[in-house]
Amino acid sequence: MELNFTGTDICAVNGTRSAPEAKYDLVVIGAGPSGIAAAIDGAASGASVLLVDENPVSGALMGNDTPLYFGGRMTAATQNTDRMLEAIFMSMPDLEKAMEAGVELLLGTTAWGVYRNGPGVQSLPEQVVGLADSERSWMVGFDRIVLATGARDLAIAFPGWNQPGVMGAAALQMLLSRYGAFSGRRIVVLGSHDLALETALLALEYGLEVVGLVEVRDAPQGDAALIEKIAEAGIAIHYGQSIAASKGGLDGIEAITLTDGTHIACDTVCVAIGLVPSIELVDAMHGPRALNPARGGYIPAGEPNVAAVGTCAGLPDTGFDHIAYRMDWVRAALRVNAPDTIICQCEEVTLADLIGVQPPNYLPRPAAIQARSLGTLLDDGPANPDQIKRLTRSGMGVCQGRRCRDQVAMMLAIESDKPFGTIPLASHRAPVRPLPLKILAEWDEPTAMEAAWDVWFGIPTQWVPVEDIGTEHQDAHREMLYTGMYK
Amino acid sequence: MSGSEVIIVGGGVTGLSAGWWLARSGVKVTVLDKFIVGWEASGRNGGGASHYSSPLFDEEQRLWPQMDELLGYPTEHQKGRILIAMTERQWEQYRFIAERHTRLNHPIELLDVKQVQEAVPLAGDNCFGGVHYKFGGHANPQRTVQAYAWALQDLGGKIIQHSPVTGFETAGGKVTGVKTANGTYGCDAVVVAAGPQIPHLMAQLGVDVPLAAARAEMIITEPAPMMPLGGVDGHKIYGRQTLRGNLAYGGGPHEWLDVDANGPAARPSTPLARNLAKRLAELLPKAAHLNVIRSWAGVIENSPDGRPIIDRLTSPDNVVVASMSSVGFGLSPASGHAIRDLVIDGTCSFTNIDLLKLSRFDKLEKNWREKRGWMPIS
Repeated sequence: MELNFTGTDICAVNGTRSAPEAKYDLVVIGAGPSGIAAAIDGAASGASVLLVDENPVSGALMGNDTPLYFGGRMTAATQNTDRMLEAIFMSMPDLEKAMEAGVELLLGTTAWGVYRNGPGVQSLPEQVVGLADSERSWMVGFDRIVLATGARDLAIAFPGWNQPGVMGAAALQMLLSRYGAFSGRRIVVLGSHDLALETALLALEYGLEVVGLVEVRDAPQGDAALIEKIAEAGIAIHYGQSIAASKGGLDGIEAITLTDGTHIACDTVCVAIGLVPSIELVDAMHGPRALNPARGGYIPAGEPNVAAVGTCAGLPDTGFDHIAYRMDWVRAALRVNAPDTIICQCEEVTLADLIGVQPPNYLPRPAAIQARSLGTLLDDGPANPDQIKRLTRSGMGVCQGRRCRDQVAMMLAIESDKPFGTIPLASHRAPVRPLPLKILAEWDEPTAMEAAWDVWFGIPTQWVPVEDIGTEHQDAHREMLYTGMYK
Repeated sequence: MSGSEVIIVGGGVTGLSAGWWLARSGVKVTVLDKFIVGWEASGRNGGGASHYSSPLFDEEQRLWPQMDELLGYPTEHQKGRILIAMTERQWEQYRFIAERHTRLNHPIELLDVKQVQEAVPLAGDNCFGGVHYKFGGHANPQRTVQAYAWALQDLGGKIIQHSPVTGFETAGGKVTGVKTANGTYGCDAVVVAAGPQIPHLMAQLGVDVPLAAARAEMIITEPAPMMPLGGVDGHKIYGRQTLRGNLAYGGGPHEWLDVDANGPAARPSTPLARNLAKRLAELLPKAAHLNVIRSWAGVIENSPDGRPIIDRLTSPDNVVVASMSSVGFGLSPASGHAIRDLVIDGTCSFTNIDLLKLSRFDKLEKNWREKRGWMPIS
């Protein structure tokens, strides 16, 4: 086949991407107090500022514990978007101030990816952030971006944790103080560090019954004044304990049993062991980040045009080693959980299959694979959560690993007898929130991309059947299937 | 060759299959990989196994249905494919391909719109028709690469990860050792199957291997209800429904890159996820409400004609070089067999692979990348 090259590969992405819909000097992701402050500062300095916040998220997303660990304990009120929007404005009076300052505000708008040129990609016309609401997605250009994405709940498995009523502290706080839309009544709080103490006190303030705190260590962990308040409220803290068993019904959790046999009736277990800075966007954009145990995990390392503020930049440093604390909880979980305790809820991966590095139940398990385990995998090299994900499917589900990624990394550290910091961070990938195909789709695609779209590289000689080479079929093949790159 | 030592440079799907085939023949095999087996394109692709344009096609088709049993580990291989045409032009093109299959005695069936909807519950009435390949199929790339690696180990072969190859030792017109940061491995023969790093490695042996690297992207959704046949694509995207139900699809524009001796610097995905989402929502409209939960990219290399290079060098004469030119996963059962034959017997026993010889590029222009427009964006 005689090919006359044009010098241009029209099937390459060069120049065929759409331009962003709008461009701002500053885009702020997350309209909590830090994000609002950053947006107002930006507007005050004369910058054009877009402030977006994903809340209120849809009931479907909340049901998938996204972005926080809601545990199915939201009331039907959360299905009413208008009411939720009103609640957000009521709870955040500074939003109005930001708008008065000239900030463009988009609520119910998710930032699902940030893209810029760098190693491995030079084809972006400019740095952009992908946004989406309930109708569509679009791209926005920016000079500077501030991530104020907050911190998400850390989940740790216990027997029966995979049922309604097991939820995170940040989710409980949001349902209580922002939306007034929490459906539980009797709460057990896991942890005794400040997050747990503050969450328990908030629940009391909202008239809920806090029937106990559970602390894996032998002494209280948080601020002495807060501990005192818990004591004054007559709430027991069960030291040196974790949850050994739980009982549930149609509506979820009904009671728990601690390792010392204490039985506690409850309709909600609030996991308040820790918060994890929400660095999904930073990691998915290949931004630098570093592990900081005093600030709650991996935090953005900072770049000239990418700033992180609020708890996204790390929890307040009080000298408390959050990682060591969480590791104690996971060690206890590994002692208590049965082999069939589910660790990854989306993919129903059990503890035994995670540590055994076994495939999902829909695949056969011949003798050879049953002989494989984390132990045999470690003979080949250090544990890597992304490899474990590929083999066991843990973290591969629709919650995008929010419920299991942290505890799986800790389990791998413990099982391979390595410090937590040696376990690589499992990758985050765009879209960092689940986004329906029809929303993510670029329906008004540029015609240049449409015209040159090929299923693979558009190299005609790649696909001519061997039998046809040198026959008349060869040219027919090129003419029917390829245009553009070759005359 | 029994008892001799073969080093495989590159633990991708091609190198692992070659190692497994050699181990099955009683050869001592060590696979060296820069990171973790299958970490690059071998574990990130669409999983297709229907490569009728290749001289390795018959062997690919013969082997896939046996691979789970031969390897002893599940690959998730599923037989058959359906291509759906979403435009009149695509329908013309797919029927052209169908005619070709009929001429070459590959079993196919043309489907009208109603038949497409019956065979593919997620499809709509917005298509023009489909072609059902009663051959070919797809498998899970990540599971398959690990299956090769484990099967190779079960036969006594070694996998050394986190050990990038830095060079070779030669003596008497042969490679006698392969150097890594962690030590040198003596050998009787070498297979270089290091993907985009092949040109850098082979240059050290004075051999020019023309390959250009590029990045390509995919997306995956949450699980959809299981379709009777998971190998559904067309509309100029490729992909499959996994056995879990997720829809994993790729296609469309690539970006040419320079990859240095250390391999791809990064594998960033881009907003191209939106264009893939559009096509997938058109192809399978009853899945358009499903959430996309990840996107990713991989780096693959292409030869100037897009066909693989599988060849045993004349000097040094104990080196086999293998690049599958961006289409390696599905052909891996057969490419490994061919490489095994070249290493042990010097010639491929089951098909003529002269088409894949490196010497076809002896007269290639120095500026072959520029002529094709295969240059990175500067």
